[in-house]
Amino acid sequence: MAGRVAGKVAFITGAARGQGRSHAIRLAQEGADIIAVDVCADMPGMPYAGATEQDLAETVKEVEALDRRIVAAKADVRDFGAVQAALDDGVAQLGRLDIVSANAGIGSSPCAAEELAEQTWQDMIDVNLTGVWHTAKAAIPHLIAGGRGGSIVLTSSAAGLQAYANIAHYVSAKHGVVGLMRTLALELAPHSIRVNSIHPTQVDTPMIQNEATYRLFRPDLDHPTRADFEPASQAMNVLPIPWVDAVDISNAVLFLASDEARYITGVPLPVDAGAVIK
Amino acid sequence: MAGKLEGKVAFITGAARGQGRSHAIRLAQEGANIIAVDLCRQIDSVAYPMATPDDLAETVKEVEALDRRIVAREADVRDEAGLKAAFDAGVAELGPVDIVLANAGIAPMALGEEPHQAWQDVIDVNLTGVFNTVETAIPSMIERGQGGAIVLTSSTAGINGIGGASRGGLGYTASKHGVVGLMRSYANTLAPHSIRVNSVHPTGVRTPMVVNEVMQQFLESDPAMGQAMANALPVDMVEPVDISNAILWLVSDDGRYVTGITVPVDAGFTNKK
Repeated sequence: MAGRVAGKVAFITGAARGQGRSHAIRLAQEGADIIAVDVCADMPGMPYAGATEQDLAETVKEVEALDRRIVAAKADVRDFGAVQAALDDGVAQLGRLDIVSANAGIGSSPCAAEELAEQTWQDMIDVNLTGVWHTAKAAIPHLIAGGRGGSIVLTSSAAGLQAYANIAHYVSAKHGVVGLMRTLALELAPHSIRVNSIHPTQVDTPMIQNEATYRLFRPDLDHPTRADFEPASQAMNVLPIPWVDAVDISNAVLFLASDEARYITGVPLPVDAGAVIK
Repeated sequence: MAGKLEGKVAFITGAARGQGRSHAIRLAQEGANIIAVDLCRQIDSVAYPMATPDDLAETVKEVEALDRRIVAREADVRDEAGLKAAFDAGVAELGPVDIVLANAGIAPMALGEEPHQAWQDVIDVNLTGVFNTVETAIPSMIERGQGGAIVLTSSTAGINGIGGASRGGLGYTASKHGVVGLMRSYANTLAPHSIRVNSVHPTGVRTPMVVNEVMQQFLESDPAMGQAMANALPVDMVEPVDISNAILWLVSDDGRYVTGITVPVDAGFTNKK
């Protein structure tokens, strides 16, 4: 049986681990070849270790184990030239571009808005909002030139649709992604290029499984653990689960990327265990 | 390759034709057995021909051609007792229900002399009928304790103030907005039972409810209405299977943690406004 995205090429940022790696594997399982980028470095203000080149190499290994091709490069989404060069090289090698997953993003330590350092704010906007725009900006010419339409999926967050205290910069960047999504959907519809955003609740990845996130959710404890975090995280959701798995987001990306969603565009799609309606 | 819904049972209203038949076939292709209900009669305020017993028989034939089982009954979503009898007959034959698609709906827009009853009929079918459908199904789903997935069919008119100023059009828009309130409330109250509830919001779908002389005249009568049906993507309408595919994602394990969301399948219509 042919895969649901057989013969297509997908560009994924933040692909070294977490959701990005999961997207690469899930799309490859359904027949896509992959262009993967990741900064492979610790990021400013990020209160947990960044992905590494070994992580990106592992993504390459796992995609190749599925008999799909992958072109991987180290690139920082804050650097438009680097993103563009990596993507151009990937398209040159793999021959086309159909799917874009603007997934790269960072979390942060909890901090009241008026106490946020200016640089902390700027770094967050640079990665989680401007980086998403850079990704789309680099990809759109390839999609239009292909003349076959396409699907762009921007990774926002439940925090892109509602407020959470003490992460004003994250909430602002993720809300900004929705504005970008809606505008791109409008601009690109005549080319049959669809643009949607995904809004995960907590996903079980290194971005949330770290002490800074544990402290955001358990300010009452000095050294909260994963076990302490679990009930607090579950309290965000209406379904009785603390977090979703990366593959749950990948399955939504896959749906939006596939022809099953050929007429879905301009839609913010929560995969959030009901966090937004709670 | 095993389907995504092997061993599941889906209860679908408005299943004789159009989107409902498409959902029955798509879910059956993925392994589900089907309990199908449809009124199969005319409602006086509806100006286009509604589904018939022959239509429902065709749905049965197409599901059985996929080697799936189907129990089909004529039932009115406005009649809770009749709906429950049909539901119970299906469960007796096919086993407990995992999936509920509250799809039955009417669009009683008309030109000129409009039946006074149009408002009440569309509220009764499109909103109270959805309520009756969910109420019919949930006691057994909760009692069984295996979770489940419910999808309520709303519309772009459940998000936007479109549909015009006729009694039927206003009722259509109000009913479809009301479905969103039902969806969100059910999503909250059923979450502890791991029963997920979401809504889909199609733009114009190529079905007999939209592609008929009366609806075309209605849309052409008012340039604003025509504009209100214009999509962002270069397609005039979507196909029933496009709604079915969105529903399949929502009800399968691929959407196992998705609840309380509105899913437009609208070719960018809502975003364009």
